Amino acid sequence: MTAESKLISMHDAIAQHVASGSMVLMGAQLEQMIPFAAGHELIRQGRRDLTLVGPISDILFDQLIGAACVSRVMAAWVGNVSAGVGYCYRRAVERNIPRRLEVVDYSNFTMALALQAGAMGVPFLPTYATLGSDLLKKNGNLREFASPVSEETLVAVRALRPDVAIVHVQRADAQGNSHLWGSLGVAADGARASRKLIIVAEEIVEPGVISSDPNRTLIPGFLVSAVVHEPGGAHPSPVQGYCGRDHAFFAEYHEQSRRLEDFEDWLSHWVLRVTDRRDYWEQLGAARTSALAVKEHAFSAPADFGY
Amino acid sequence: MTHRPETNSAARPYTFSELMVAAAAREIRDGEVVFVGMRLPMLAFLVARRTHAPRAVGLFENGIIRETPSSELLYTMGDPANIHEATQCGSMLDVMGLLQQGRVNVGFLGAAEIDRFGNLSTTWGYRNNEMQRLPGSGGACDIACLARRTVVLLAHDRGRLSDRVGHITSPGFGTGGNWRRTHGLPPASGPSAVITTLGVLRFGHDGEAYLASVHPGISVEEVLANTGWTLRVADEMIETKPPAEAELRVMRELDPNHFWTR
Repeated sequence: MTAESKLISMHDAIAQHVASGSMVLMGAQLEQMIPFAAGHELIRQGRRDLTLVGPISDILFDQLIGAACVSRVMAAWVGNVSAGVGYCYRRAVERNIPRRLEVVDYSNFTMALALQAGAMGVPFLPTYATLGSDLLKKNGNLREFASPVSEETLVAVRALRPDVAIVHVQRADAQGNSHLWGSLGVAADGARASRKLIIVAEEIVEPGVISSDPNRTLIPGFLVSAVVHEPGGAHPSPVQGYCGRDHAFFAEYHEQSRRLEDFEDWLSHWVLRVTDRRDYWEQLGAARTSALAVKEHAFSAPADFGY
Repeated sequence: MTHRPETNSAARPYTFSELMVAAAAREIRDGEVVFVGMRLPMLAFLVARRTHAPRAVGLFENGIIRETPSSELLYTMGDPANIHEATQCGSMLDVMGLLQQGRVNVGFLGAAEIDRFGNLSTTWGYRNNEMQRLPGSGGACDIACLARRTVVLLAHDRGRLSDRVGHITSPGFGTGGNWRRTHGLPPASGPSAVITTLGVLRFGHDGEAYLASVHPGISVEEVLANTGWTLRVADEMIETKPPAEAELRVMRELDPNHFWTR
């Protein structure tokens, strides 16, 4: 007997699993596979007081902050990776526009350790990273302690357990057993650390495809709350083997978010007046989307799991 | 205002960014493990690999380990071209663990501000008479704490090279002397060179920066006038070696439109 499918629409996944006030992990694979479609649905459904967690997020965190969905950010880096600063982030931190924003600054390593501690079910993990820095002074989740097994001082990184993680993957089955490859970042640790997990997949495949290559399964389905089939859901970030990075989109966003009025137009055009991802994809236009298609496939050699 | 020397003059057939990339590439020795940053350091790693350091290995904080240069210009380390034909795509903790073990010889960082002891800020910066919130650490604090040598690249002006940074995102030598040891940082670690648009700074045993070389056409006075503290100067001043033909060829092949090397 097969288990019930977890496949639902993006609208329903966000409606059922992400409440206002939640701590949400997104952008676990750094510049790749950022769940923009899910983030835009959070904006459309008017979520408020979210705590965003992630190492970096490229421009997704900036958009959610600009759309007034966020009261707190716990991250190592918030901005626009190929273009520079995030203007919505700056407006929120410097001038409380559109609302006050609490920032808890991490480094990439300490964010990864916080999620790994959550994934392992321990209260903290130790590191030397951030010793001597103002991150250590200002982030209450980083605490110096004397090592019990050696004569030295380390930093205890407090475990993080996000309420929900949203992870974009290349392929998953209807139970959420997921293959992902390329830029992994903190995806596996972050998925295990989180209490709920939404998988957004480029392709839905038969379970046999997943179990044919179990080393590529970074997320086992029993951890997954919902599976959303949303091809192109990571645009403008890339998905290895499926979609290129739309560098121009990041540059355009940089210009169009510099002034508050322009950002509001951007948000209206690309998020609020868009019904769903299919609508968004049509708005991008065939010229743009076809330019992002994979130009030359590069399949890995098959691994023999026979015995 | 950022001090930008005139570039691309007939007498100087390269831009100052290209000079900085070449100088950064020479900080990588053959066979070393390099924590590669984005922008100019990324090009520096590729130049080093294709010239004097063919056995250098590149680590990226998203978990990628590469031994061959990517085939096209990268805008981010997560670009598909950086994953295609990589040696390994692991997790962030995999590469950060190697960094913490002391296996990374040299890490590259950009910075908004640096001070006389090599402390960096990328969290807050003073620009146009106002404090601006900047993106934050990313992996910079980790690299500054844990890499054996750290090399910093930034534009040279009084606002960016200040006596004391207001916020230590990434620790250098703190207030000098034994500061790193006192704070528990690994013994063999810390800033090694600061490559600016005007020259190269290195650090004395007391942890304070000094001017080690000036770029061609730049005077020591010009560097001092654009530095926010009384910068010490090496006993014997040398000129930064301009980029060699082979180095420029690699840079221009990888960045033909000067996206990173304007």
